[in-house]
Amino acid sequence: MADFDTPALKPYPVIPPIEIGVMAHSKPYVAKPEIQQKIGFPGELVDNWQQVAIDKMGELVDNSRALRVFLDSCVKCGACTDKCHYYLGTSDPNNMPVARQDLFRSVYRRHYTLAGKYFPGLVGARELDQEMLDDWYSYFHQCSQCRRCSVYCPYGIDTAEISMAAREIMDTIGIGQKYCNEIIGKAQTIGNNLGLPQPALLDTLEGLEEDIEEETGVTVRLPLDQHGADILLVTPSADFFAEPHVDGLIGYAKVFHQAGLSWTISSHASEAANFGMFIGSYDNMQILAQRIREAALELGVKRIVFGECGHAWRVAYNFLNTLAGPFDFLDPNYPLPQHICEVTYDLLQRNALRMDKSANDDKVLTFHDSCNVARASRMGDFEGGQFVIPRAVIQASCNHFYDMPAHATKEATFCCGGGGGLLTDDLVELRVKGSLPRMEALKQAVDDYGVTHMAAICAICKSQFSKILPYYGFEMDQVVSVHQLVSNAIQLGGEH
Amino acid sequence: MSLLTIAFTLLFYCATALLIIGLAVRIRLYAKTPVPLRIPTTPAPLTGAGVVGRMFFEVTLFRSLFKASKWTWIFGWLFHAALLLVLLRHLRYFTDPVWSWVVLVQPLGAYGAFVMLAGLGGLWARRFLVDRVRYISAPSDHLMLALLIAIGATGLGMKYVAATDIVALKAFFLGLMYFDWQPIPTDVMLLLHLSLVAVLMIIFPFSKLLHAPGVFFSPTRNQIDNPREKRHLPTRNAHSISQAKQT
Repeated sequence: MADFDTPALKPYPVIPPIEIGVMAHSKPYVAKPEIQQKIGFPGELVDNWQQVAIDKMGELVDNSRALRVFLDSCVKCGACTDKCHYYLGTSDPNNMPVARQDLFRSVYRRHYTLAGKYFPGLVGARELDQEMLDDWYSYFHQCSQCRRCSVYCPYGIDTAEISMAAREIMDTIGIGQKYCNEIIGKAQTIGNNLGLPQPALLDTLEGLEEDIEEETGVTVRLPLDQHGADILLVTPSADFFAEPHVDGLIGYAKVFHQAGLSWTISSHASEAANFGMFIGSYDNMQILAQRIREAALELGVKRIVFGECGHAWRVAYNFLNTLAGPFDFLDPNYPLPQHICEVTYDLLQRNALRMDKSANDDKVLTFHDSCNVARASRMGDFEGGQFVIPRAVIQASCNHFYDMPAHATKEATFCCGGGGGLLTDDLVELRVKGSLPRMEALKQAVDDYGVTHMAAICAICKSQFSKILPYYGFEMDQVVSVHQLVSNAIQLGGEH
Repeated sequence: MSLLTIAFTLLFYCATALLIIGLAVRIRLYAKTPVPLRIPTTPAPLTGAGVVGRMFFEVTLFRSLFKASKWTWIFGWLFHAALLLVLLRHLRYFTDPVWSWVVLVQPLGAYGAFVMLAGLGGLWARRFLVDRVRYISAPSDHLMLALLIAIGATGLGMKYVAATDIVALKAFFLGLMYFDWQPIPTDVMLLLHLSLVAVLMIIFPFSKLLHAPGVFFSPTRNQIDNPREKRHLPTRNAHSISQAKQT
């Protein structure tokens, strides 16, 4: 375990005073040359890296209205300064969204604005020197791209866009993050982030079928690469083996089974998460998105459904159609793509599933709104459906559900602390401290309502909570999948 | 014509040209910069009319800022609302005859100046008193507030301390507008006030004051949440990023 103190849980949220530089040491491992080259970046720091970086910055700004407007518009009002979970958990002022942006903006001003060229000191313009690059590498890997700051900014400035651009610039000069870039390479060649080849997947899914049959006496299939299936399920690869993710996957399978839907997983596109977004790389994101299109065409499916995954749902919901569309070969009667929660919700609305809520009576539940589902996508056909639908699915599966305090739910939800490509052991201090606001909200729900479990709809959230809950005195199995609750409550077989 | 009049005549022509052309160039650049992906901050409206509503409340009531920080919202909103009143009040120097609704605004505008200064004072106080805001403030952030306060103070100074010849002043500005140049009154307070206003006009297109046009172009606020119903076409500058790979 790294040498740091877990923050104390306070009974109510406190904005800490700033402590300059206390997280400057937090840096993820740098990617090795072969990892970098595999996904189209230089293996190591290029000779004229400053010029390359500045040129890349200009290119990115020329190609993104969001970046251009965000870099110009910030008035330093301070509205965002107390909104980032990493600031609240670490007190490092560079984790205030505006200060994080300013690491980028100050260089942009120096090279691309009149004021910064002629009066750098006046407007806080700075050179991209080694010291600044170190700060970039440190603090742009302390942003989980959760967009909480963008809710509160009067101009909608989204620090995630700036973090993505900074990471892409660093990749372009040869400085990449090992965790993300290694995973992107695996997903592009093997089909999923874990590097599970087809035979391993097949073996895992057969094992799950046996488990379900043993437990319920009902044969529930988890098909792989089944041509002619109606639905292609694209789910985070953690669902194939990690706890509590796999219990969610079993839940999806039971829902499909009970609704009589024909479905399949694809080994070619066996990953919902798209880490290309984390590093701001449109091209890498597109390569991963194209695999889903290829799988859908190859298998001849009519619909695409995504499993429980937060950033994945953002890329799927908002970007997939742009990156790999048009999907005019799919059944136009269904949204493209659909979220598994939407599928289950629709079936519940039509009374197509029989649920025994008492199956989850051993738990008192709350729900963690995953940041990128909450603030970067939607479910259903109405504004805010991403808040209503998962809760409706949970409440159809259990008798005891309570929300956490309003400052930590729905559009104000806090990131789990491990999103945006930070779910790696070399950042465990950051992950523990960054989860403080969520842990305080959970603690309040535990104290007020006797909550025992927190349901989540994101592979990263589930892995992150399993890891950090014990740091705060909780048990690692207090985080559950939403479809794990469905799995427990759904009545298989018979009339429905 | 005095040298002073020539100087201020030129100053205001230059300042106006820089303000208008500078903003036009910037706005054109915003409009022409591609929007590669759909990125509204959700929950977001599902229709164009909904987006108009969202932007309306954002621009008139600073809704997001209200959610973020009540103090910053109170000071910021009061400043902007009062500034609007004060600007409307100043229309009387540029129209002849003065529009009747501008006449109605006059008494309100007089109070507006005090409210504006109070709002600016509150915003400036935050830059000293709140450690987080102090950390993010550059010298230019302080100077911008100083400039606006100086403009307000010299304006109030003319109303309550050293009155200027506003009839002659109006003749000067109408003269600028109709290319029939008239002498400028020579009161120090007025010249100071006008010089500071010209500075503000000149730096507008090169500073964070670009938040005024910027807010309308912010993709997180002005995009419709309908990516599944309507495919967002990739719009990227072909010269710089490799094109979508064909499968």
